[in-house]
Amino acid sequence: MPKDDGIGAATVRREDVRFLTGVGQYTDDIKAYGETVAVFARSTVANGVIKSIDTTTAAGMPGVLAIFTGEDFAEVGGNPAGWLINSRDGTPMHEPKRPVLAHGKVRHVGDAYAAVIAETLEQAKNAVEAIEADIEELDAIVNMKDALAGSNYVHDEIGTNQCFDWGWIEDNRDATDAAIKGAHHVTTLELVNNRLVPNAMEPRSSRAEYKAAGDEYVLHTTSQNPHLTRLLISAFVLGIPENKLTVIAPDVGGGFGSKIYHYGEEALVLAAAKKLGRPVTWTADRTEAFLTDAHGRDHVTKIELAMDAEGNFLAFRTETLANVGAYLSNFSTATPTFLHGTLMAGNYTVPNVYVNVKAVFTNTAPVDAYRGAGRPEATYSLERVIDKAAREIGRDPIELRRQNFIKPDQYPFASAAGLEYDSGNYDALMDKMEEVADMAGFAARRKASEAKGLLRGFGVNAYIEACGIAPSNLVGVLGSRVGLYDAATVRVNATGNLSVMVGAHSHGQGHETAFPQVVAEMLGIDASTIDIVHGDTSKIPFGMGTYGSRSLAVCGSAVVRATEKVINKAKKIAAHMLEVSDGDIELKDGQFSVAGTDKSVSFGEVALKAYIPHEFPLEDIEPGLEETAFYDPANFTYPSGAYCCEVELDPETGKVSVERMTAVDDFGNVINPMIVTGQVHGGLGQGIGQALLENTTYDENGQLLSASYMDYTMPRADDLPFYTVDHSQGNPCTHNPLGVKGCGEAGAIGSPPTVVNAVIDAMQSGGKNVTHIDMPVTPHRVWSAMQNA
Amino acid sequence: MYAFDIERPATIGEAVSALTGEAMVLSGGQTLIPTLKSRLADPGKLVSLSGIGEMKGIGLSGRDLQIGGGTVHADVAADGSYKALSELASNIGDPAVRSRGTIGGSIANNDPAACYPAAALASGAIIVTNTREIAADDYFQGMFETALNEGEIVTAVKFPIPDAANYQKFVQPASRFALVGVFVAKYADGVRVAVTGASNEGVHRWTAAEEALTANFSVSALEGLSVSADNLISDLHGSPEYRAHLIKVMTGRAVTAAS
Repeated sequence: MPKDDGIGAATVRREDVRFLTGVGQYTDDIKAYGETVAVFARSTVANGVIKSIDTTTAAGMPGVLAIFTGEDFAEVGGNPAGWLINSRDGTPMHEPKRPVLAHGKVRHVGDAYAAVIAETLEQAKNAVEAIEADIEELDAIVNMKDALAGSNYVHDEIGTNQCFDWGWIEDNRDATDAAIKGAHHVTTLELVNNRLVPNAMEPRSSRAEYKAAGDEYVLHTTSQNPHLTRLLISAFVLGIPENKLTVIAPDVGGGFGSKIYHYGEEALVLAAAKKLGRPVTWTADRTEAFLTDAHGRDHVTKIELAMDAEGNFLAFRTETLANVGAYLSNFSTATPTFLHGTLMAGNYTVPNVYVNVKAVFTNTAPVDAYRGAGRPEATYSLERVIDKAAREIGRDPIELRRQNFIKPDQYPFASAAGLEYDSGNYDALMDKMEEVADMAGFAARRKASEAKGLLRGFGVNAYIEACGIAPSNLVGVLGSRVGLYDAATVRVNATGNLSVMVGAHSHGQGHETAFPQVVAEMLGIDASTIDIVHGDTSKIPFGMGTYGSRSLAVCGSAVVRATEKVINKAKKIAAHMLEVSDGDIELKDGQFSVAGTDKSVSFGEVALKAYIPHEFPLEDIEPGLEETAFYDPANFTYPSGAYCCEVELDPETGKVSVERMTAVDDFGNVINPMIVTGQVHGGLGQGIGQALLENTTYDENGQLLSASYMDYTMPRADDLPFYTVDHSQGNPCTHNPLGVKGCGEAGAIGSPPTVVNAVIDAMQSGGKNVTHIDMPVTPHRVWSAMQNA
Repeated sequence: MYAFDIERPATIGEAVSALTGEAMVLSGGQTLIPTLKSRLADPGKLVSLSGIGEMKGIGLSGRDLQIGGGTVHADVAADGSYKALSELASNIGDPAVRSRGTIGGSIANNDPAACYPAAALASGAIIVTNTREIAADDYFQGMFETALNEGEIVTAVKFPIPDAANYQKFVQPASRFALVGVFVAKYADGVRVAVTGASNEGVHRWTAAEEALTANFSVSALEGLSVSADNLISDLHGSPEYRAHLIKVMTGRAVTAAS
């Protein structure tokens, strides 16, 4: 086996050739005869009653082919929530209908109430401007506390803005309260986990074709999970039979969670394509992306940490308001609950954890999973309050964490928040972090910063997350309305090369490189002969897609299982060819050989025999060499890490710059260390962006003030330091065949509290008693905090 | 964007003749093109100045620098005969902006957070148009407001090169325009200080600092001065008080860098 492209090799990403040379095929690149364009009329007010919509003038304008309003979809279904949450009193959450187009009311700026299909983009835009909509503006519901207190409702029919009031674990509530009441020291922190706009490089786009000959639909769309999108459209929204609907997610330019979900635009183009018998494409402009992509985070939290006199953690108690926006996006109810509350024990042996989450409707864009999805919120709360506690009781923040870490001999470990961690070694991560970050040199670096008139701060963080969300049986009990397995088909072609059809979707993750490394390693063949097929429901088995750092752990495991089946069958064929029993066949370096002899046949010869089955034992073995496996994991995987950073803070202007950033992660086994490093880099960029820059702001009227790059601060290369990334401390996952965990979200989970802890340290070193500052830590906020300290 | 016609005259005279009706001047387009793409303007006709050779180029005559209105930022950045001005130009936008945007376009637009107006005002520059010459003190008249008449084109800007100068820009983090930018220029007859990004009145001079620095060109001269927050900009990125504070900090840094 050539180790330059098997498991563990830093193989260069093969997909980058097409991405970097401009020959990728994105949804908006797909054109055929008769293309038409859809443009949406979107609300300019956050809350309003649709009194009337007059499309007469617009309909008569040049190039206009059709106009749709909410009335046209009044009889079809709504876009559902994928996870049922029950409130503490046992009542189910409120699930107001989310229609294809707004009907009766508009509920956030950007809410679509009509759509024009025209021959060209400019014609469609002109017609949208000519639609006369009489929308009576109502007071906007923006602030969550006001939303809960008031009698103005986003959805009048449910008579409250509270979607649910969830307790986790409700049976732990009294014990947690008692632990806090009796504690030697309680540290309390109120914080905001700031709302983020996903900002994928490729905006959302959907293109539908209708083929009258077979009454069939094809939807190309920017999706992270085409089968899930098809299921939602078929089973809930339009009722198109699944066997008549092909959903294709071609090259997709980033998702970060925002492209998991089904959106109304997908249903609209499907309906329009059927009506017109022509292809219909909608592609969001950047403003639409800001206004209508599902946003991330937006929690307002109070957390308390109780300790005994020795600094042992006794309890974490959290109260969170989670903004779900105007409608329930598909996983908006799972993100602040089971992806957040279950992580509130962190890396610690703390015996009592209780989390209360109230989800709140507001007249803002829907909020759902965004890179990390609940776990960044959990980690931020925990690691900020621990840092504050360390300061309050005069303990070193690293030592206090170490004292409370779960130890390596305690696995499997049942956390007080209800998860069973399978493996980890948090002290080893911290040891490695202290080493590679050159912590010993910090004092000298601080001195050098101070000589320039700058303050220097050090921040640390330990995190654990739950990836590869599963297993189906468990999540079903917890309210999930979908299963969480994945699937792969390994097809060996007659000439010996392979097509591997996977349920995971790659939109930047590098599956096309990493998955073949696994198959190549198992078969002992060259990875360049293996291609990954993904994103097309007509080609791939029913998989659940890519999110939650699940692709390799879940779909990669399905690939392993399917490849094992292929090997078993190939051994039978080889055994027949070599006239021995299949138990005597060994596979090594792409050769099937008889143990202890020099008799062998190559993988290619076996493949050819499978498809040209002359002299073939048809009574024992079917022709062909193709196998499918579905893999439903036994548990989440639990990546963990120790991060630290150093910031410089200019006390005159408040500007903070991250000077050093160290990420030491336990991802279990690593298939391609270069891709893993790249995933960590990307996550760190987004995490530092959240910590310092990204400033989603709605005003009191529900207008998004930060709706363009003139006001929304995206992290840029010169905002970020060079990173020190280490994943040498892997403890393999115990329950998946590759021993892998998940690396896609770690950087975005681990870095925000690290940065904020360092900012606090810097301000404290300058004699300013600032104990908390909310993200994004902008220069203005820092300056204001220091003025007032 | 809405459909429009475009004309590309070869001389200033042709450009002036082409500016009829709602027509707008296209002079680099780094503000206007995004505005058109967002359908926030519908001029019907654009008159591009990019083909007018007589509006391009940089000429040095003694201590006077004349920059054609059609000269792009990258060319000013590369020139170096007025170092502080070249440094300012090298930090406008990104390389694409600097390769297309022009000094005439920036001066004519007078964005309240643009960099060039601070340089022009602090340098006591002369704004040359197709019909007259206007002193910078008379030219800048508030946010996006200038002394230009309808159809008048900025053909050049004349800068007297100071003995010492520096521009300090504290960027608005998203747009990287100036949240507060301060240009300090020291001439034989006094120091001029111009502030951009901060005020609802647009670019303006800080006369108290000018007097103090004329008497004593050092940071210590600023001690005891303070900037009023009245009428300073309040937005997502900073309060009036923060901007007032930054004006003093950036002025001090500019003095230090120029000294």
